[in-house]
Amino acid sequence: MLRFIFGRLAVLIPTFLGVSLIAFSFIRLLPGDPVMLMSGERVMAPERHAELMHQLGLDRPMYVQYFDYLGGLVTGDFGSSIVTKRPVLDDFMNLFPATLELSLCAIIVAVLLGIPAGVIAAVKRGTWLDQSLMGVALVGYSMPIFWWGLLLIIFFSGYLGWTPVSGRISMMYFFPQVTGFMLIDSLISGQAGAFKSAVSYLILPTVVLATIPLAVIARQTRSAMLEVLGEDYVRTARSKGLTPFRVIGVHALRNALIPVITTIGLQVGVLLAGAILTETIFSWPGIGKWMVDSVFKRDYQVVQGGLMLIAAMIMIINLIVDVLYGFINPRIRH
Amino acid sequence: MAVAEIKTTKPQTGFAEFWFYFSRNKGAVMGLAIFLIILFVAVFAAFVAPHSPSIQNRDVLLLPPGWTQGGQWTYLLGTDAVGRDILSRLIYGARFSLFIGLVVVTLSVISGVLVGLVAGYFRGRTDTIIMRVMDIILAFPSLLLALVLVAVLGPGLVNAMIAISLVNLPHFVRLTRAAVMSERTKDYVIASRVAGAGTLRLMFLTILPNCLAPLIVQATLAFSAAILDAAALGFLGMGAQPPTPEWGTMLAEAREFIQRAWWVVTFPGLAILVTVIAINLMGDGLRDALDPKLKRS
Repeated sequence: MLRFIFGRLAVLIPTFLGVSLIAFSFIRLLPGDPVMLMSGERVMAPERHAELMHQLGLDRPMYVQYFDYLGGLVTGDFGSSIVTKRPVLDDFMNLFPATLELSLCAIIVAVLLGIPAGVIAAVKRGTWLDQSLMGVALVGYSMPIFWWGLLLIIFFSGYLGWTPVSGRISMMYFFPQVTGFMLIDSLISGQAGAFKSAVSYLILPTVVLATIPLAVIARQTRSAMLEVLGEDYVRTARSKGLTPFRVIGVHALRNALIPVITTIGLQVGVLLAGAILTETIFSWPGIGKWMVDSVFKRDYQVVQGGLMLIAAMIMIINLIVDVLYGFINPRIRH
Repeated sequence: MAVAEIKTTKPQTGFAEFWFYFSRNKGAVMGLAIFLIILFVAVFAAFVAPHSPSIQNRDVLLLPPGWTQGGQWTYLLGTDAVGRDILSRLIYGARFSLFIGLVVVTLSVISGVLVGLVAGYFRGRTDTIIMRVMDIILAFPSLLLALVLVAVLGPGLVNAMIAISLVNLPHFVRLTRAAVMSERTKDYVIASRVAGAGTLRLMFLTILPNCLAPLIVQATLAFSAAILDAAALGFLGMGAQPPTPEWGTMLAEAREFIQRAWWVVTFPGLAILVTVIAINLMGDGLRDALDPKLKRS
């Protein structure tokens, strides 16, 4: 097992270097240089320009800059925002809990609804129930979620007035950030109504972000279940008189879950891409909105650092999923 | 004595066999029908659209759809904030979405298949380098990578298509490579190598045709994903630029009116959804028809 983990880690290192090279070259591919970008419209004397380039270390050869950048990464220095001057890592750490809270809620909803839906569809194969569940899954799977979010806002926030439109909690509440998870922080704060407010802000973004993973998990569970239900051991379990619930829930589902867990792991990238759109629509202060805003502000230090951090996170999560998968399914550990 | 009639059936051609399995899937046929209608509308947009997609009629700003109170039947789906007919813009927008899907799939299939063939056929160091590069692309969330790429290249439809093709590339490379690797040691490949077939012939004429089925299915999925991604980029302001009637861009323009004009938001998204559903239905049917494991009988 350890060998398996170390093998995977060894593959991560060249990938990480490649990712850093891409993030590094992006901002150098742009027309103009960072100093010109920072100065904006103002005219700058050539001497001042050269001085600033020197200050930022941009007059050194490219490879020196790259190794310097790599050295920074290793010590946790991801550069500072050109606009706010704050370190990129600090901003990331501040905003990441918001994205994590939203993504975790979305994936929990997707798993809790998607797996039962897939199991029911497989057991009732060919019936109207199967067809309607899979029809809904197809719609969810094909959904432009940015539009879906707007529709939900029109209906639930605009027409019914049930949920707020943007942010994480009502302005009425203020309490220190302890975990960064609004649901937990609002409970800890002990303020009456704070938790309810946090939940009401969380509902619509969660629904929007959960839509695609939910549909994918339901479809995958159904096809995995169908495959397993035809196996001999399921027939054996049936013929020895076990209740249908036990056959499906214990004998079949446990084996069908192996590919489903891979699918859930693969949703991490989908969730982050979805978070970019969801956070933009609901003004959710997480890393998705932060990245979009930085792209528009041309804050390339943040874009570079953010890309690095997000890619590193995805690689680590994928590694964890791989290792978990190795635990569940010993065949792939070889 | 009557001559016994011997019934012989002609062997089915590839297409007839394909259609036999494809047409069994009602959803797939429905998807194909919807797709053909959208294609027709897009090609003949100039004849189908009741109005010009760009003419602004100042007398009918934010007019609601024809069947609601205050609507006019000549503007069936209403008008937007500057008085353009939404239905006509959607019809012209179909051109952009289909075009984006086509270009992205062509670009990523051609380059992905080439790279995947090379990786799977030669193996060794070439393979390792190629697969590491693909891992690097896959380490980023696709939409984020496309967004940053477009920001670097400059916002616009062409750059959006290039960016989406690039983030789609690894799927085709991996798929082709896996298929090539399982085919290249089979007897028929070895036989033609022994018969003296050159590398290029082996790669393109012997192996590739036998790897096509999963690629066709993936291409269909990539087609719908490309439409969604391009619309998302348009929505974020990094895809097609206004006043292009691209569906995502229309949604971005409509965002500020969500509280008072539901129709400017609803219809462009519905157009995206219906198109993507149609293509995904076709994709499911193609998978069933082309995957021999799933064929009954």
